[in-house]
Amino acid sequence: MTALEASGRSAAPAVDAEASAAGSRPVTPASEHTRRATARKWAEIALFVGPAMVLFLTFVVYPVVSAARFSLYKWNGVSQFSDAEFIGLENYARALFGGTDPATQQAFTTAYSQPFWEALSHNFAIIFLSMAVQLPIALAVALTLNRRFRGRAFTRVVIFAPYVLSEVIAGTMWLIIFDPNGIATQLMRGIGLDMPNGGWFEDPTWGFWTVFFIITWKYVGLAIILFLAGLSGVSEDLQEAAAIDGASWWQIQWRINIPLIGPTIRIWAFLSIIGSIQLFDMVWVLNRGGTAGQYSTIASYMMEIGFFRSDWGYGSAIAVIMFFLSFVIALAYMATILRRDNAHPRKAR
Amino acid sequence: MSVDTAARSTAASSADGRRRKGLIPEGSTYVAVGIALVGVGLTLGPILYLILGGFRTQGDLAANPTGFPDPFMWQNYWDILSKPLFWRQLLNSTLVAVATTAGVVLFGTMAAYPLARYSFKGRELVFVIFTTGLMFPLTVAVLPLYLLLRDMGISGLWGLVIPQIAFGLPVTIIILRPFLAALPKELEEASFMDGISRIGFFWRMLLPLARPAMVTVGVLAFIGSWNAYLLPLLLLTGDPTGMTLPLGVTTFQGQHSAATTMIMAYTSLAMLPALAFFLLMERRIVDGLTGAVKG
Repeated sequence: MTALEASGRSAAPAVDAEASAAGSRPVTPASEHTRRATARKWAEIALFVGPAMVLFLTFVVYPVVSAARFSLYKWNGVSQFSDAEFIGLENYARALFGGTDPATQQAFTTAYSQPFWEALSHNFAIIFLSMAVQLPIALAVALTLNRRFRGRAFTRVVIFAPYVLSEVIAGTMWLIIFDPNGIATQLMRGIGLDMPNGGWFEDPTWGFWTVFFIITWKYVGLAIILFLAGLSGVSEDLQEAAAIDGASWWQIQWRINIPLIGPTIRIWAFLSIIGSIQLFDMVWVLNRGGTAGQYSTIASYMMEIGFFRSDWGYGSAIAVIMFFLSFVIALAYMATILRRDNAHPRKAR
Repeated sequence: MSVDTAARSTAASSADGRRRKGLIPEGSTYVAVGIALVGVGLTLGPILYLILGGFRTQGDLAANPTGFPDPFMWQNYWDILSKPLFWRQLLNSTLVAVATTAGVVLFGTMAAYPLARYSFKGRELVFVIFTTGLMFPLTVAVLPLYLLLRDMGISGLWGLVIPQIAFGLPVTIIILRPFLAALPKELEEASFMDGISRIGFFWRMLLPLARPAMVTVGVLAFIGSWNAYLLPLLLLTGDPTGMTLPLGVTTFQGQHSAATTMIMAYTSLAMLPALAFFLLMERRIVDGLTGAVKG
């Protein structure tokens, strides 16, 4: 609201109007007519952009700024914020390095810093595994399905379906499947194995892999569909020319199809990385990040601390760290990897 | 083999059949069909298991989880569908999603219009302000947002709708702006000559022409709202009849933890509307996503 109303009411538009109204004519004070037209134009702009701007500033920008402010305080979210104690960057220091309790002089690294780094490491493990596991799977499936066969349309629809399910409902489904007495355990026993020692989700090592499997089930379809859409845009002439020159199926994939859907792959990777950093719903539904945080993420840790343990200052500090992380990664990714794709912007659809 | 010839004959008879498909090595049909079957099985298997589980008795689930339900029992589904709770939550989810979609599309298109077709000082700045919204996920803002809504006295379903509109605006404006900008300039000139004002132009010309793009962003907003969990989790505490479906499912699961087959039935029912919507709008959703990705 501020930016728009300020520009709408200040003298700036009049100057602008004079400049544009002057045009070819000599510079004279704008006539009554053009001034009125300009005022009307600004009123229209305010009318059109205003509601969106007000909503956006109030419910997006203001809360984000508030989070940054809360992060500098020790506050339980219940008492008056004006009574909260200003502690500077203490909350950040706790997350990153641990710290000591000012009252008892007791180190509480295990209470603050350790779960934070564990959660962060899970986020990065998911990013890494998405690239190392989901990408090859999706690429292989997309390249194989990129041909005509009966049932192709059906296959595409089915493979994509999990993406539109809510993470919560899909997560509940998998909770039942991976119940200690559930079908997953019975199937494993059927082939002579057993479920991981502590249970599918509770096991310190396997818990994370169970969750990664579920995430893959939910999201690999999106990658496949995006890659197939990219492949359908690869020129047939190129493939045909290569075929005439004697290129095999593999060579065509490696030399033509994969390089040409490079931009799609890079955008998918971008979305996947950002999504992995902000992953929350699925992890929360699966026992709030694990009974002992086996697969906690920064977002689930933030909610655990902020909302359910009422340490809003610390929770907000984690939120801000999460924001910085996605911001820096997004900027770095755009500046390095996506830059060449945007050097030749495609036409607007 | 017959699959292959059938595919080729349809290819040859279709309009683009002259694409000389046979020339390009396609890999084996058997491999493609095999992969397709595995993919379909892995995707549908868990969902079918869940739906069938709703027809089981608790004992049957423990004794025979892989077989067909025996006895085949409608009781779970009937218990849920004959009580108002599920229907209320379905209604809540629908209301929130429809209101969110309407708000996102309306306010987003309105904002995108001047940003695309007026020239004014500060236009790029306003656009940049909106695009920064992509950097602010709901997760980062959710704790203060909760307080803000509490202080403003916005509660219940409106507490979901309003922030969801706000968070949906950036991507909507980013998708719509180039679309609106690409419409020919002559449209406005002709309309203005006919004495239509800019606002009239917006309602009578722009909105109808922008419909494909509006449907795309609308579908994305609808899915986002339908699946939302974080905000409902914080705002819709207490009474289950006031909840949306995702939160309703987890609450139901918590309250009936012993009755697994009942939870399976409830989860299946909660899944069906999304799957039905997806089947109806599959083309739109895929186009929307690939369009949003290609930008």
